Amino acid sequence: MFNHGTLERHSLLLVAGILIVVAIGGIVEIAPLFYLESTIEKVQGMRPYTPLELAGRKIYMREGCYLCHSQMVRPLRDEVERYGHYSLAAESIYDHPFQWGSKRTGPDLARVGAKYSDEWHRAHLVDPRSVVPESVMPPYKFLAATPLSFDDVAGDLKANRMVGVPYSDDMVANAKADLIAQATPDDEGQDAFKKRYAKAEARDFDGDPKRITEMDALVAYLQMLGTLVDFKTYQADAPENRR
Amino acid sequence: MDYDTLATFSRSWGTVYLMLVFFALCAYALWPRNRDKFDRASRMPLDEDDR
Amino acid sequence: MQPVTGPRQAQFDLFVVPAIFVIFLFLGFAVAAQTHDPLMAIQAWTFMAGIGIALAFFVKRYSEGVPADDTGAYANDIIKAGVIASMFWGIAGMLVGVVIALQLSFPHLFYFPDIPESSFGRLRPLHTSAVIFAFGGNVLIATSFYVVQRTSKARLAGGLWPWFVFWGYQIFILVAGTGYLIGVTQSREYAEPEWYADLWLTLVWVAYLLVFLGTLWKRKEPHIYVANWFYLAFIVTIAMLHIVNNLAMPVSWLGIKSYSLFAGVQDALTQWWYGHNAVGFFLTAGFLAIMYYFIPKQAERPVYSYRLSIIHFWSLIFIYIWAGPHHLHYTALPVWAQTLGMTFSIRLWMPSWGGMINGLMTLSGAWDKLRTDPVLRMLVVSVAFYGMSTFEGPVMSIKAVNALSHYTDWTIGHVHSGALGWVGFVSFGALYCLTPWLWRRERLYSLALVEWHFWIATIGIVFYITAMWVSGIMQGLMWRAYNDFGFLEYSFVETVEAMHPYYIIRALGGLLYLSGAIIMAYNLYRTARGDVRVGEPLALKPQLAAA
Repeated sequence: MFNHGTLERHSLLLVAGILIVVAIGGIVEIAPLFYLESTIEKVQGMRPYTPLELAGRKIYMREGCYLCHSQMVRPLRDEVERYGHYSLAAESIYDHPFQWGSKRTGPDLARVGAKYSDEWHRAHLVDPRSVVPESVMPPYKFLAATPLSFDDVAGDLKANRMVGVPYSDDMVANAKADLIAQATPDDEGQDAFKKRYAKAEARDFDGDPKRITEMDALVAYLQMLGTLVDFKTYQADAPENRR
Repeated sequence: MDYDTLATFSRSWGTVYLMLVFFALCAYALWPRNRDKFDRASRMPLDEDDR
Repeated sequence: MQPVTGPRQAQFDLFVVPAIFVIFLFLGFAVAAQTHDPLMAIQAWTFMAGIGIALAFFVKRYSEGVPADDTGAYANDIIKAGVIASMFWGIAGMLVGVVIALQLSFPHLFYFPDIPESSFGRLRPLHTSAVIFAFGGNVLIATSFYVVQRTSKARLAGGLWPWFVFWGYQIFILVAGTGYLIGVTQSREYAEPEWYADLWLTLVWVAYLLVFLGTLWKRKEPHIYVANWFYLAFIVTIAMLHIVNNLAMPVSWLGIKSYSLFAGVQDALTQWWYGHNAVGFFLTAGFLAIMYYFIPKQAERPVYSYRLSIIHFWSLIFIYIWAGPHHLHYTALPVWAQTLGMTFSIRLWMPSWGGMINGLMTLSGAWDKLRTDPVLRMLVVSVAFYGMSTFEGPVMSIKAVNALSHYTDWTIGHVHSGALGWVGFVSFGALYCLTPWLWRRERLYSLALVEWHFWIATIGIVFYITAMWVSGIMQGLMWRAYNDFGFLEYSFVETVEAMHPYYIIRALGGLLYLSGAIIMAYNLYRTARGDVRVGEPLALKPQLAAA
């Protein structure tokens, strides 16, 4: 009656059965997303993050901003009126990982770029309640005091390129120079930088011309969010956008 | 086989297949002859020598 | 795979597991010495400290020969360690939860601008990981090791390997948790640990699966009890989810940072396929295994319907995995995927309630025990909370409801009705059962303290979830409110201001729940010491004493 060999096979059969049963749903739902045009289409204006923006995005993730701020405007009337055009799949095509979020303890940030001045962002990040008295956001005073560490920024670009972000050799080779150029308005690398990254803004984001801080990077990132696609020319009803 | 064919196939026959599997599962679980086996199995936590 | 339990094998095992730890100690040292990344250096030293603690444990345990527990019919010491670890991490995780609830209630008092480690964004993953993975995970590992031995009538397989699983898991928690504080995160909710911690956990998890399977292979009963099916589904599926969701490209082998393999839509669905099934397989399947063992055991009657449990098992694990897209309603995810996620989420109601009925009806004919046995009551009420949150979940997955509830505190309330009510209570019930069983005590130190724990925690849950319902629905409605002129009625910050009283009530609810857990820790500590509270009848079952 008691046969060890059969029983071993039984528990392994159980494991195999479980694996098959739990694999079906994921395969059916996730696999098509890599083939359907609506999820892999490119929209005009999208470009990879500049090295400074990428560094800012790292700080955004490090500080857990995604836990309280979404970056996904839903196509609902009040959201479109409050935040701007609803988010397109293409707008997070270079986001490794995505930052859509799941909770709005604070407002959505998908289109926060260019809505406030750098100065406002700095004051708000250093002490949120100095500009919004009812805010419950944590203060990020240390960002302005912490020099940005960017010696290895080319490595970040390379890793992103390996997972599919189209950084050119030129962009990788000049990553560090581009980062400095974007945070230093009178830098001589300015023209080359702007040629590599269309519509990128270069200025002294943290208001401290002497050094490049984490505040520079985070504000540069926040100020570009949602600004790449020009919704004056984007037509949701156009055939190529209705797939 | 392109994506649409695969999607249509899984939407129709996939559903039928999974429903059949579910009915087979119910039949197995509720089959009268299996009753004793499952009643015995359900007592396993209670039949221990050590608490 | 014939299990060998001879003395030579045992001695070999004694050597192997500490040797593996020593190898990783050197690896950690090499990383710490080579890296230019200061955060990686801290992580490596933390990792080495964790291994040091594990090695010190082995030295202490085996310095005076092989302890009796290593040759007994069942391995009990490892489960004792699991009970202690569960209680420790549970209180730590709940404490962090109370702190972040207070931060949102009183930002002037509980934020420290000069201490980045104390900001909400770093503490929140610490809270979620500590309660889910550290508390919940230790409860699951401990109870699974207990249940698989008892229902297989076989000793835990693998010699010292269960201890590798235990210490390996604690080291993972240590590295991940301290990592969040210094700013190491993948920014994937509930999967925040970076690539090297993920690899380490994968190794530990494979060992866990093999120990569990190895014990099943030694079993003396031909049938595998249903609780073990749920444990297996939990272990196997979490392995699959963990590996796929954490696929990433490290920037450098000596640095903390990695970039996920997927981006945008694909990444979002992979993450929520993981995220929802962390709920489905970690917080549901695993704890259902506890339900299927501990409720029959404590009620001293078999589960209501074993046949229902078979249908319950396969339907639950099949349907759960599809439900992820309901976290992405109205996003850029294709509509068909959203609809599929919603459909399966609503269907999920059926197996969930099938399981709930199976658990609750186990008490049929013995409902009076709920009055006299507070531990059983805790277990049964947990199942009632399970029923409540698995009803609420499908409702919230309906797109029209989700349009209102998503991004608000309603989600937080829903999660906590499941986490505090279901996962918390079923774990507390199991720990209350295990402590006297493992330490060979006739009874708990005090049943009156269990009563206190039960009521304080229940009131805490009620405060918590009602506050979050009100604040969530209110905020959702305020966001979409229009005035007579057709403009949005409220600015965002006005809705934040309106949350204030509810955040305070929530913090109070959390504080009550934490207090209950502290009472429990005290009660378990005294039980393990062998104390019995003066004035309480010394009987296993209070109703017998009353008779």
